[in-house]
Amino acid sequence: MATTTLTTLIAGRRRTGLLAVVGLTLACLLLTIVAVGQGAISIAPGRVAEILMARLTGDTSLLEGRDVLVVLNIRLPRVLLGLLVGAGLAVSGALMQGLFRNPLADPGLVGVSSGAGLAAAATIVLGDRFLAGTMMKLPFAALPVGAFCGGLITTLALYLIATRGGRTSVATMLLAGVALGAMAGALTGLLSFISDDRQLRDLTFWSLGSLGGASWTKLSVVAPIIVPLLLLMPLLARGLNGLMLGEAEAYHLGIPVQRIKALAILLVALAVGASVASAGMVGFVGIVVPHLIRLSVGPDHRLLLPLSALGGAMLLVGADIVARLVVVPAELPIGIVTATIGAPFFLWLLLRRTSLIDV
Amino acid sequence: MSGSRTTSAHRGLRQPNRRELTAALALSAFGLGGLALSPALPGAALAQTPDRIVVAGGVITEVIYALGLQNRIVGIDSTSQFPPEALKQKANVGYVRALSAEGVLSLKPSLIMLIDGAGPPDAVSLLTESGVKIARIADGLTPEGVTAKIAAIGAAIGAGAPAERLAAQTKARFDELATLRSGIAKKKRVLFLLSLQNGRAMVGGRNSSADGIIALAGGINAADAIEGYKPMTDEAIAAAAPDMVLMMRNSSAHNVTPDELFAMPAFSQVPAASNKRLVHMDGLYLLGFGPRTPMAARDLMAAIHPEASIPPLKTAAAP
Repeated sequence: MATTTLTTLIAGRRRTGLLAVVGLTLACLLLTIVAVGQGAISIAPGRVAEILMARLTGDTSLLEGRDVLVVLNIRLPRVLLGLLVGAGLAVSGALMQGLFRNPLADPGLVGVSSGAGLAAAATIVLGDRFLAGTMMKLPFAALPVGAFCGGLITTLALYLIATRGGRTSVATMLLAGVALGAMAGALTGLLSFISDDRQLRDLTFWSLGSLGGASWTKLSVVAPIIVPLLLLMPLLARGLNGLMLGEAEAYHLGIPVQRIKALAILLVALAVGASVASAGMVGFVGIVVPHLIRLSVGPDHRLLLPLSALGGAMLLVGADIVARLVVVPAELPIGIVTATIGAPFFLWLLLRRTSLIDV
Repeated sequence: MSGSRTTSAHRGLRQPNRRELTAALALSAFGLGGLALSPALPGAALAQTPDRIVVAGGVITEVIYALGLQNRIVGIDSTSQFPPEALKQKANVGYVRALSAEGVLSLKPSLIMLIDGAGPPDAVSLLTESGVKIARIADGLTPEGVTAKIAAIGAAIGAGAPAERLAAQTKARFDELATLRSGIAKKKRVLFLLSLQNGRAMVGGRNSSADGIIALAGGINAADAIEGYKPMTDEAIAAAAPDMVLMMRNSSAHNVTPDELFAMPAFSQVPAASNKRLVHMDGLYLLGFGPRTPMAARDLMAAIHPEASIPPLKTAAAP
């Protein structure tokens, strides 16, 4: 009797999950179409479709004029970058929460954000002095490349600190992450101290994130880093489900715990590094989206991971529509929009949790 | 004809609409043709006088308004706060270092004017790609820098001659200011206080715009041991011994009063405290480094030497 109820329950969950996948995919597609259609320059939906079709079919006769530049070189890369960064950050959040078995874990915990932030600050503040020659040749590449390397180096350092005899302790990693984060924060503060007025403003805007300035070049660098994460996540789902029982239990279930940990950390570091490098620091997507998904379909990572990707992509593309339409022709930093949505939600989540513990 | 009959049967207003549509299409075709042709015309007069300008940089806006050519501006950035009507009349494209490429292009500019440091670089490169003419204006905190800036702005908008006149007039004012400055027997020490958050003094050091205006006004920057705008310790303030403290006038909230300032331990013992010399001036006027700068420096000079009765600039006739 009990077994039948359980089976029905699981089947029910799975059906809800499948529905959610289909539903979110459609919603995401719809939002993408809206995002490509909307902007400071109003272009009729028919014209947008015409431009996109012409691009797909290679019909160059229709590809003339400012509309085309706006749709193909400004909006489309921007929306695609939003989809990738949002999906990457949200999946990274879900992976970290699973790995640390802590619902409050955030992709920043592995040190990527603080390291990337430090490297970006260094590029902005010291770049003028030490990279003068190189900056002239690669003015747009120095910051993203610096941020990406900074994130990876910090994560690697953290991984080495937390790994003894082939075993990585997630608790050590968490604590060392806090320490390294504080150190990177202090050094970033030092850099902002020696920066001039102009550099300080650059730092501020960078740390609030933006999808502005997305280009096909940027996408061609970011996509090969984030897409593999999205493709490889099914491999991690079963392992993370096992880890929910505890590390030893998962090991005895035959799950290659160490390999799962190393792979998850590597993928998160790459994806978050690429996101931060291309869009600056976009807060809250990584922590909010997995929670929202977990609340609606449960903690099974086989659903949680893909749904988080879809949810994150939608949140970021949606937030970007707000960011660039609210103060037209100017544009809000996207971090302001995501945090305005994310922070109250996060508080609500905390309040819910405390009441559960207290009662 | 048969097609139009069915539609007019459907709705009486159809026929004129179609005619309008045809007219509109013809007009757009004409316009598109014009657009396609205009870059091909060598040295066309149109290209000389861009009439849809988007400006990123407050000083550029100020100069264009001073030249009376503000009708050509369609968009400005949020630092364009002088004249005050600018922000009311024109679309705001956001902060000068956080422009949005599509936002700027949505104003259909024929010229985009960027002051040094306008950005972010990604947005600027997208704007460059769009093929709209872009003029980059160098910033400068010296009399030569200001006159060169005015001339460059004029050249970019095809108003070279009037801009040269404005530059010459500004130079004459700077020269007159230099004469006033040479008459100052003993230079006084001025401390520029950017903010006083939580009792922490943020001052304008070397190579800051505050440093530039203090020098023009014939003062000595009391914070020249510091580079740029930085917090300064209480002891260093006491050691800097300013004869006067200069702050920006706060437009909305309350200004720091002399009593509040000189009650603070750091300021209680400096020479300025003896007669409570705290002066507030409009921030943009003071630090803008545009055509109004000679007058601003004169006013600051008068504020530094209240006893000397510094005359107003003779050439500074009210516009």
